[in-house]
Amino acid sequence: MSEAIEPDIDVDALKEQGVDLEVAEKVAPERDIVTKVGEALVQVQDLTVKFGGLTALDNVSFDINRGEILGLIGPNGAGKTTCFNAMTGVYKPTSGKVMLEGQLLNGLPQHRITRRGLARTFQNIRLFGEMTALENVVVGLDARHRTSVGGALLRLPTHVREEKTAIERGMALLEFVGIADHAHFLSRHLPYGYQRRLEIARALATDPKVLCLDEPAAGFNPAEKEELMALIRTIRDDGYTVLLIEHDMKLVMGVTDRIVVLEFGKKIADAVPKIIRDDPKVISAYLGEPEDDLA
Amino acid sequence: MSTTDGPTLIPDDSSAQEIADREAKMRRRKGWFPGLSDKWNALPRQTQWLFLIIVVVIAYLLPILNPPLITTEPGNNWQIALAQMSVYALIAVGLNVVVGYAGLLDLGYVAFFALGSYTAAMFTSPDSPYVHIPYLWTLPLAMAVAMFFGVVLGVPTLRLRGDYLAIVTLGFGEIVRILATIIPAMKGQVGFQNVGHPPGTDSAGQTIFQNSNGTPWYWLTLTIIIVVLLAAGNLERSRVGRAWIAIREDEDAAEIMGVPTFKYKVWAFAIGASVGGLSGALFAGQVGFVNNQKFDIATSILFVAAVVMGGTGNKVGAILGGALVAYIPLRFTAIAEFKYLIFGAALVIIMIFRPGGLLPARQSLLAYGRLAYNKLRGTNGDIPASGKVVLQSGKGADK
Amino acid sequence: MISEVIPTLLHSVPVDDTWITFDVNSFTQNFWSSTFDGLTFGAIYALVALGYTLVYGVLNLINFAHSEVFITGCYGVFFTLSALNFGPSAPRLAFWAIVGNLVLALIVAIIASALMAVIVERVAYKPLRQRKAPRLAFLITAIGVSFAIQYTIYWWRGPSPEAALTMFRPLPIFDVFGTIIDSQQVVIVVAAIILMIATDQFIRRSKTGRGIRAVAQDPDTATLMGVNKERIIVTTFIIGGILAGAAALFYVMKIPSGVQYNGGFILGVKAFAAAVLGGIGNVRGALLGGLLIGLIGNYGQVLLGSSQWTDVVAFVVLVLVLIVRPEGVLGSSLGKSKA
Repeated sequence: MSEAIEPDIDVDALKEQGVDLEVAEKVAPERDIVTKVGEALVQVQDLTVKFGGLTALDNVSFDINRGEILGLIGPNGAGKTTCFNAMTGVYKPTSGKVMLEGQLLNGLPQHRITRRGLARTFQNIRLFGEMTALENVVVGLDARHRTSVGGALLRLPTHVREEKTAIERGMALLEFVGIADHAHFLSRHLPYGYQRRLEIARALATDPKVLCLDEPAAGFNPAEKEELMALIRTIRDDGYTVLLIEHDMKLVMGVTDRIVVLEFGKKIADAVPKIIRDDPKVISAYLGEPEDDLA
Repeated sequence: MSTTDGPTLIPDDSSAQEIADREAKMRRRKGWFPGLSDKWNALPRQTQWLFLIIVVVIAYLLPILNPPLITTEPGNNWQIALAQMSVYALIAVGLNVVVGYAGLLDLGYVAFFALGSYTAAMFTSPDSPYVHIPYLWTLPLAMAVAMFFGVVLGVPTLRLRGDYLAIVTLGFGEIVRILATIIPAMKGQVGFQNVGHPPGTDSAGQTIFQNSNGTPWYWLTLTIIIVVLLAAGNLERSRVGRAWIAIREDEDAAEIMGVPTFKYKVWAFAIGASVGGLSGALFAGQVGFVNNQKFDIATSILFVAAVVMGGTGNKVGAILGGALVAYIPLRFTAIAEFKYLIFGAALVIIMIFRPGGLLPARQSLLAYGRLAYNKLRGTNGDIPASGKVVLQSGKGADK
Repeated sequence: MISEVIPTLLHSVPVDDTWITFDVNSFTQNFWSSTFDGLTFGAIYALVALGYTLVYGVLNLINFAHSEVFITGCYGVFFTLSALNFGPSAPRLAFWAIVGNLVLALIVAIIASALMAVIVERVAYKPLRQRKAPRLAFLITAIGVSFAIQYTIYWWRGPSPEAALTMFRPLPIFDVFGTIIDSQQVVIVVAAIILMIATDQFIRRSKTGRGIRAVAQDPDTATLMGVNKERIIVTTFIIGGILAGAAALFYVMKIPSGVQYNGGFILGVKAFAAAVLGGIGNVRGALLGGLLIGLIGNYGQVLLGSSQWTDVVAFVVLVLVLIVRPEGVLGSSLGKSKA
């Protein structure tokens, strides 16, 4: 793993919030124990996305290493979300490969990609509004369930077991993100910040190897951002790998282990935050469009 | 691209009570009898069961009670009216799976109903030159036939956006009617007489299931409805129901959360089709005659109106809606002629003013979620800000 | 039991196959006449299809009530011409008198259709938009409006078609491969194509057209850029209504006894199939799709020997297109068409 930045917030703060630090145990007891920290888990190779004549992403390559928090940044329109969408199967890449643990993801249906272990949240929250918070999380957990129509109709023992553990795990996940007391409310009635947390819980519920967060701090005030950073770190410490797209430089610099910078669809830098901070190319990319820092 | 609602901006410090109030308010705005489902959910399990048993007993007694004012007589025979209402209720329950749960608009549902009717007719009627099988066998056969066509029609269209399904099913509904006219084997307007019925004679040696006697048909259909309801309930409170609702709410997000959306859309469509086929076979048996005149698109729209009136997504509401759609023209014979106008307008009015319909209940999508929720509701006021919940892992699953 | 049933089942499958026969002879004999007739129908479908396509482009909604917008125009034509003493046989009037009467009928039809389109938009769709209702609600409302209008007409005019009206006696104009093309076919196809070119140019060049394209591409951004979305939506419905009104005149011209409460509905499904075939949201695609559906339907009818097959063939084409090329022959949507 690349040299870690000293966390701004320590574990005590989390405990004060009542965050359960061993949540991974409850959420997915059967999940693989992370063994080879630092080895490339996701490999993005020469990824290119074209829309008509427009090249939104141009030969971008980077790795996401096991157990790290990788930041993906860049000015508006740099191709961050495009890259994200191409990785998760929303867009078909024009060329290039995305591999998870050495297996090719390109061309798989989106739900398969999720089941392989790549989960995401959405920049503009997309919860299932007419479902309760708990049900939203259980939809995520369903990605690991085996029974389907037959099992449900006949109430087979496997189905019953899955339903029961789903509620336990769902509640544990909601507890982990700190909104368990709101489990029974429809997600569209939840406060904004809770909705964002619920999205993270729902994505974690699919038991991902890599959790991709698309601007999770959008619309947060500084205090909420601090809490979010702590949460992201806890997630990582529990053995998940995190890919973070973020606008807020302070948050990115504070929480990530490594940063990939995109500009006009091309990768212009890939280094630890300290180096990125002083990289003249990155600075000019951001200063060239000063509005971005305001966003 | 999407114009769906963004998140509602509610400050984070709003208490649980405030959210609960907001939810209640939203529900009041949506339907006619909003408090009903809240009150129902608050009842203890035993009371609910007791109440259900009473309702079911009354339902079975309806043909004998023949309650004044409610009865459709003298205009229409009450027992036959009940039999027709029960068939419509079953149709609505089936269509509700497609429209209400998965959010797929099937405007050609009458086609599956027709397939079921023709299956029953062509395998039992003496007018049919083909092999004859006992009537009760045609019920599963009708389900299978309708399901098969549901899959055949669903697979190409369900990959596309939902709107295409509406127009393709609309076309399909029309095609089945036209084919019934131009395929000689389906006998057009001449149709099939003396469609079969379940076996059995009473003590006097009379056939029990006569076309002129609605009561046994009503009891049979009612029993089938109860079985279908239990099955639908099992599906609703499982991965399947959650997948359907997730697809209805946000299909792309559902796919990304690992829901195989296409597969579950085909399931919804096929299950809906099979119930449509089943109700068609029951209808054919009760009426005893099948020809091409009964399966026009207008009837299909009545089915949709039944689901929407009852409350989209609510299976109990669907029963109510289905029964009402059949009942209103039979009870108020003066307006029977205008039923398509009335129910067409009803669709618009409900969608604009009361999108929840009569019973805007929300699905419960977790088989064992009740206890977990009730614990939360019971302790609304004094949950520590930490979000630590009294519910211990392991206990939440107790039933 | 099962072992007995299955062989008998198989045996009982109708093999004599009498329900579908291919009359190739009739097809080759009538090829050119059915081609010209198909193109004429196709031009009418195309005009109606434009209404579906435009509304779909702007609102992403199948406006099921568009078929009723069309049939309203047909009634406009019917009442105007009845009032002008047109009857089942061709009128004995001077050429210019006929033209004048038809233009009057056209104007009434256009006003009736456009008015109906606006009423439908304001009464049914606008409230849903304001409430940000889910897509399903729009579709259900659309089909509800369609039926309410259809059965209002039914209640008012009864189930049978209106008395036939002949506008003029078709005169032979060209002789192509031994088949006569008459003045009626020429009038319909030429007028329809002129109308469609005008629509196409309007959407490409005018300020309102730019607004329509902007809203089709991205309603929110268009609003931010100062486009009045509500006004654009109403304009789109009006354009659709105008074209449907014109289609109504040609339809009554072609099928004098086709004015009936559900006459629009069946034509509507075919017109929508045409819109999808050409590429929904694509103005030129609507023309191409309309002509193709007209041709395919007519060929099917001649080949299979019954006019009922027209609908079946059109439907099968729709499903095949959706399987093979769901974006339609010409693909691109309204928002992407170039200025």
